[in-house]
Amino acid sequence: MAETQEIIKLENAHKDYRMGESVIHAVESIDLNIKKGDFIAIVGPSGSGKSTIMNLVGALDLASKGDIFLDGQNIENLSESELAQIRGRKVGFIFQTFNLIPTLTALENVMLPMMFQDIGREERRERAEKLLKDVGLEKRTNHLPAELSGGERQRVAIARALVNNPEVILADEPTGNLDTKTGRQVLEILKNLNKQGKTVIMVTHDLEMAREAKHIIRLRDGKIEK
Amino acid sequence: MKDYFFLAFNNLKRRKLRSWLTMLGIFIGIAAVVALISLGQGLQDYITEQFEMMGANKLIVMPGRGMGMMTADKLTSKDLNVIEKTKGVDMATAVVYSVSLIKFKDEVKSIFVIGLPTDKTADIFKEMGGFEAEKGRDLKEGERDKVVIGYLLAKDNGFFEKAVSLRDKLVIKEKEFRVVGIMKQIGNPGDDSQVYIPIDTAKEILDKKDEIDAVYVQTKDGFVPEQVAENLEKQLRKSRNEKEGEETFNIQTFEKLLETFQKVFSVVQGVLVGIAAISLLVGGVGIMNTMYTAVLERTKEIGTMKAVGAKNSDILLIFLFESGLLGLIGGLIGIVIGVGLGKGAEYIARMALGVSLFRASFPLWLIFGALVFSFVIGSASGILPAIQAAKLKPVDALRYE
Ligand SMILES: Nc1ncnc2c1ncn2[C@@H]1O[C@H](COP(=O)(O)OP(=O)(O)OP(=O)(O)O)[C@@H](O)[C@H]1O
Ligand SMILES: [Mg+2]
Repeated sequence: MAETQEIIKLENAHKDYRMGESVIHAVESIDLNIKKGDFIAIVGPSGSGKSTIMNLVGALDLASKGDIFLDGQNIENLSESELAQIRGRKVGFIFQTFNLIPTLTALENVMLPMMFQDIGREERRERAEKLLKDVGLEKRTNHLPAELSGGERQRVAIARALVNNPEVILADEPTGNLDTKTGRQVLEILKNLNKQGKTVIMVTHDLEMAREAKHIIRLRDGKIEK
Repeated sequence: MKDYFFLAFNNLKRRKLRSWLTMLGIFIGIAAVVALISLGQGLQDYITEQFEMMGANKLIVMPGRGMGMMTADKLTSKDLNVIEKTKGVDMATAVVYSVSLIKFKDEVKSIFVIGLPTDKTADIFKEMGGFEAEKGRDLKEGERDKVVIGYLLAKDNGFFEKAVSLRDKLVIKEKEFRVVGIMKQIGNPGDDSQVYIPIDTAKEILDKKDEIDAVYVQTKDGFVPEQVAENLEKQLRKSRNEKEGEETFNIQTFEKLLETFQKVFSVVQGVLVGIAAISLLVGGVGIMNTMYTAVLERTKEIGTMKAVGAKNSDILLIFLFESGLLGLIGGLIGIVIGVGLGKGAEYIARMALGVSLFRASFPLWLIFGALVFSFVIGSASGILPAIQAAKLKPVDALRYE
């Protein structure tokens, strides 16, 4: 039973970047167990490998060495389309720069991840509308990202991350481009999601915010500080 | 599918000006191809129709080495006799023609005068010309001073300022003729402004003596016209005492004529369409260029779509749809313009040249083919950029600034 509680597991994970002759060890020998329903904050100086770990966990990138398990499945040996399925269904990404598609309205942006899954038209709209309502944007559904404030854009992005009902939310500096007040609002949403049972991993520079998480992981030079 | 279409369309709308400029290359090419093919097809239909009207069992024997060349060589009534006796010949009829002055009221002009036999062999010629009297009647046997006029002469300002009517008097080479018939329209101004008089009178006033300008031959049922033509050639060579390859007469069969025409015509049309197709190629390169730019511009979006679950094949299709759509819309506009050009040219042909039977032809395969072709060009041009987009690694795409 204890095994099933572990949603994310990294075993001796390495990620190297080759830059011509030299090799950059972005992260090295990471062992990490994250339980279902946990709320983890990852902190550390710039370049310490925070984003790299998020990318590995979210199947955006493959480790150079070691294994990464998501929900008990080793994602290091999967095909491209299987990885795409994992990204689409098991995890929801929230980025510092929001990464909304500028030509799509808020509603369409939230519906986008469902286009790559087998979900009927009606249901897509219903789900997207409900999620936008949950983040308080029911009046902004037909606005383009350029017509929204930073905080509103990040809330659209959160709705988008949730739309396929993933178990894990990966937020890489979600408040980095927001002022303190809107940043807090976003943090509150993430805490709420965690209360509803989602596993949340958040990268942040803000120690005060990090303290709101259940656990903090400190990174330095690609390694976890004990 | 609908979603890819939606996303692709959305992106084209975003860069309206660029999309239009990119499509320009395609629609110019498609418009040119559609217009050229429709006119070519129309012309071919027109000529085939004209040939068919004349009938395939007819031959023409003319003096000279080849059709349409000015010649001092002559045919005589002796040749006509030889022709009539040749195996496979049903009937033969001689005609003479010449340009001559014609006077109506006080107006004098030159006109093409054709001398026709008045017996029933004249039918061969008439069938070949595809005409019959629309008003009045044909020339009768034994008549000497009657004339049948071409369609345009019976129109005000068609040939003379005033329209000529039945029973009017015309003076050809100082001899008076009375109009007994008006031909129905043939469809080209040359043929519609001729006059027809009895051959005996024509020989007299046109100074033809024993000369014949052409012999029209109708072959017997069951004989292949080509074969009869060969027989005729042999017999005429013998009676005229000429060596093979040095004949001073020539024989045309319509089949041969039509075949030659169609061959030459397809080559000409092929070359023209080929040239137009080059502009399509350029249009395709334009689409490729636009799509490469789009992939670069949207690298981060591609990363985002992959992060939310898009497979490589999804990205590939989105970009292919986009370039295919550029081609398709370009093609649609091109077809509209091409049809316009074709119809315009048809109108000009009718107004300026008076070729009223000529119609630009837009067969379904042309319209449909042009649409499919433009979509294929668009998609094909988008393949490489789309593969490049699909192959982007999610992290790299997301990091791209
Ligand atoms: N695609 C890449 N190619 C080369 N080096 C890379 C690449 N991605 C990351 N790195 C390097 O790996 C190290 C870790 O990068 P990472 O983005 O994980 O840092 P980070 O902790 O997220 O920093 P920040 O707080 O600035 O976002 C850095 O030294 C970075 O330069
Ligand atoms: Mg980072």
